[in-house]
Amino acid sequence: MSWGDRHQAARRADVGRIMVLATFTILTLAFFRLQVIGADRYRVQSEENRLRPVPVPAPRGLITDRHGAVLAENVPGYSVSLHAVSGDSLRTMLDRLQPILRLDSVERASILERYRRTPSEAVPVRRNVSFDVVSALEEQRPWNPGLVIQSDPKRRYPFASTTAHLVGYVGEISEEELRTGAHRGARLGTLVGRDGIEQFYDAELRGRDGVKYIEVDALNRTVRDAGLESTLEPEPGRTIRTTIDLGLQQFVESTFPLGRRGAVVAMDPRSGEVLALFSAPSFDPNVLVGGVDPTEWRSLAADRDFPLFNRAIQARYPPASPFKLAIAAMALRRGIVSFNSRMTVPCRGGFQYYNRYFRCWRVEGHGNVTLTEAIQYSCDVYFYQLGLKLGLTGLLQDGTALGFGNLSGVDLPSETEPIFPRSTEYYNRRYGPRGWTSAVTLNLAIGQGENTQTLINVVRFYGMLASPHGTTAAPHLVATRESQQHSLGLSDRDLADLRASLVAVVDRGTAAAAQIADLKIAGKTGTAQNPHGPDHGWFVAFAPADDPQIVVGSIVEFAEHGSRVAPVVTRIIARYLLGADAVRPRGGEYRLEVPADSAPEPIPILPDTALLRGTGREPAGRVR
Amino acid sequence: MFGKALDSAMPLWGVLLVALGLTLLFSAGVTEVPSAASGIWKRQALWVGIGVAAAVIAFRVSPRILEWATPAVYVGALLLLGLTLIIGTGAGTALGAKSWLAIGGVRLGQPAELAKLATVLMLARHLGPKREPPFTLTQLLPSLAIVGIPFVLVGLQPDLGSGLVFAGLLFAMLFWAGVNHWLLFLLASPFLSLLMAFSTLSWGVWIVLLTVVLLWVRPYVVEGLVVWVGNLAMGLLALELWGRLAPYQQNRLLSFLNPEIDPRATGWHIIQSKVAIGSGGILGKGFTEGTQKRLAFLPEQHTDFVFSVLGEELGFLGVLGALTLFALLILSLIRISQRAVDPFSSFAVAGVAGILLTHIVVNVGMTVGIMPIVGIPLPFLSYGGSFLVVCCLALGMAARVAYEARHSGYTS
Repeated sequence: MSWGDRHQAARRADVGRIMVLATFTILTLAFFRLQVIGADRYRVQSEENRLRPVPVPAPRGLITDRHGAVLAENVPGYSVSLHAVSGDSLRTMLDRLQPILRLDSVERASILERYRRTPSEAVPVRRNVSFDVVSALEEQRPWNPGLVIQSDPKRRYPFASTTAHLVGYVGEISEEELRTGAHRGARLGTLVGRDGIEQFYDAELRGRDGVKYIEVDALNRTVRDAGLESTLEPEPGRTIRTTIDLGLQQFVESTFPLGRRGAVVAMDPRSGEVLALFSAPSFDPNVLVGGVDPTEWRSLAADRDFPLFNRAIQARYPPASPFKLAIAAMALRRGIVSFNSRMTVPCRGGFQYYNRYFRCWRVEGHGNVTLTEAIQYSCDVYFYQLGLKLGLTGLLQDGTALGFGNLSGVDLPSETEPIFPRSTEYYNRRYGPRGWTSAVTLNLAIGQGENTQTLINVVRFYGMLASPHGTTAAPHLVATRESQQHSLGLSDRDLADLRASLVAVVDRGTAAAAQIADLKIAGKTGTAQNPHGPDHGWFVAFAPADDPQIVVGSIVEFAEHGSRVAPVVTRIIARYLLGADAVRPRGGEYRLEVPADSAPEPIPILPDTALLRGTGREPAGRVR
Repeated sequence: MFGKALDSAMPLWGVLLVALGLTLLFSAGVTEVPSAASGIWKRQALWVGIGVAAAVIAFRVSPRILEWATPAVYVGALLLLGLTLIIGTGAGTALGAKSWLAIGGVRLGQPAELAKLATVLMLARHLGPKREPPFTLTQLLPSLAIVGIPFVLVGLQPDLGSGLVFAGLLFAMLFWAGVNHWLLFLLASPFLSLLMAFSTLSWGVWIVLLTVVLLWVRPYVVEGLVVWVGNLAMGLLALELWGRLAPYQQNRLLSFLNPEIDPRATGWHIIQSKVAIGSGGILGKGFTEGTQKRLAFLPEQHTDFVFSVLGEELGFLGVLGALTLFALLILSLIRISQRAVDPFSSFAVAGVAGILLTHIVVNVGMTVGIMPIVGIPLPFLSYGGSFLVVCCLALGMAARVAYEARHSGYTS
């Protein structure tokens, strides 16, 4: 039995051998199961382990003017992100980098929040850092191994404030937008258009992001690109060529009265192509790209002049005298008047309508005028009567048909819809069925009352006047959205006469402007009543009067009078038609005289009884 | 014929395994990100040099001198273990355990490795002279004491893996001594009871089974009662003992049962090792090309999980080759043990076979998830100086035993 027994020992050794072989067989089978049977599954798992898909952002499309000058481009930039193994280590790294990055508490909080959500990804800390910051950060790398600095093309607007409202800017997509899925194919961190063309044509400009795979280690640190064969190339965004004439746009900015608020729109009436669109004051969109510096943002948002507000398409002003042309066109189309028609009551400085007296802007009166003269002198009394002849229903109907109640259709985001009643229902709703009288017609007839228009919509209307057959496409910077065509419905002859009467408005004053004597400018000034301060000045004009190629409208807030605006507009027209050498941006020897023109204060719309029971004050307007 | 080749070729298997080990350690150091394993093969080569010297010395020492010196070696090893408990430091995977003996910050080695060999020698010296194998549990007590003392000292470090190895060598040598299989079963029963205690049902079944076996084998009544009560106590103590395990040991046992419990932490080792081995397929990803290893998904790729590197890079064929080498080594040792001319040598070699087999099964089984993660190294392949030198010593000694058997003049 003991060790000495050879036979017993041999038996035990055999049992031992069998046990050893059995053990090794079990081990071999375990490996067989993993490496032969499960090989495919584990191979996939090991690939998933080491490869991480990384989106390759598509380069955003360029935006150019009509001649190809670049208005928005991509320049090399850098973004900084941090890889952290825990929230605490992220906080420590942020503390260490604070002297370089100078993050405020809001940014810190959002960085930490982002980390909580995707701890395995690098947390973007700041976009668009300058090269100086990058090199300062690189020095800190030995102490901050999780620091990731990537090249990240930055959007740049070479003409900054000149094209700010037109081109817009880009910003990182918000979580709200991601949730609603407003931007197809966007992901966290995608830059999307925030205003202007950038926003309106975002889908085209953005292109499609590609995917590449990077090899990562167990701590998610990037080791290298996995190679080209696994890369899906991004589809670059389309280049958007606008109809803007950069030279003209720059001229507009330089010629616009310094320190004034207002806007200018220049359009080719034949096609509806917008040649220039400017809103003052402007801003530098480059500071808004990507992450906005909070102090910068606060100063922009709190600015009393609201530089982010696009006054060309978002601000509504009473259209005032320029609207008289619309009344004239409606009346002509309905055959109520011809150019030689005179009204029953000649202008003696005012017009008695039942118990109220509506004044003309000219106290002395204009006498018994024809339509042509009424347009030329902007006689309010004439248009009061013309409005009454049209009737409120007809006026509202025709005005709506001419597009005064709709968006102009320009391809820019957040255009404000003008206020223009579509029917008398509007008054019933607003003042009650008996709360108003047909006296509102008189206000509407001279562009006051329940009628406020955006500059772009008024320019659209003058584009119709200026176009060969009284029709025009919606104003556009790239392409027309829908063929929302309005027509004046006038014969070519009437149209020509209407233009001629507008020429007469300006002609009287053009004598002094020798260098543009050969240029026939047709236009209309206007003064929009402003309850908050000095009146706003309008001027809308087109030229050459017999074959219009450009229509320019401008509004200058607190300009008091349209004649102050007129030189700006005529200079722009001259610059466009005669070339860059013809005019200088600022006035000087070049002056333009246009007739004085003003609008009486609108009559308050009150029920007659209430008016009589009131203070007894005559509800007539202030007269200039 | 073949048998003779087997035992004379034993050193060859050792040399081949050491060469494979250096190769794998070279690969383990090839990573994308700097790791503790880079360049480690050079240091291991240094240890191989020391190991070869140790093997040569062991070969030159007569088993008689060894037998004579055994008590001193055993006591010395125990003293070192005791010293380790007092001034030991942690390192590597077992940072929390006091398993290293260091002087002035220089880690000299892990006394537990030496203690394994010393215990084998001491047990061989105890079992060798016996004419009859132990019949009763009482007669097993001295053997239990010889293994038990270092077992407890190592367990206090705490080092679960080395504890397992002591159990492995004890059962291998008692088996070789010819102890009745049922007696071995009864000896192991309290520990099996501990394992079965994870659920009331399995433990109930176990106690019933044990009762049946006791009635069948019919040991002395007192011994039978002791075994039965011992099982009962172990079952009841299970919870208490579980609470005394270090948290990392609990986690390892838990994630052995279900690696997905905590895939980023404890289960990580098992999952990543299985992914590494499985993705190797039949032919492997190529030497040094293993992505799991390169990108640091595979933990401890130069120590506990060096076999996963082999599986990933050389595939199933490489695994088959390595396992064959290990099997040949164990089979050679069994044959040497069987043919040894004196009982001390025979038991010593059997004990060495027991140590190596336990290490191989636990370590390799762990990499494929059929064994819990207890951090014990793989002989000849894992990086680690003390254990390599101890293994070389053991093989040198076995080679001497084989040499003496060949030249003793006996024929089989």
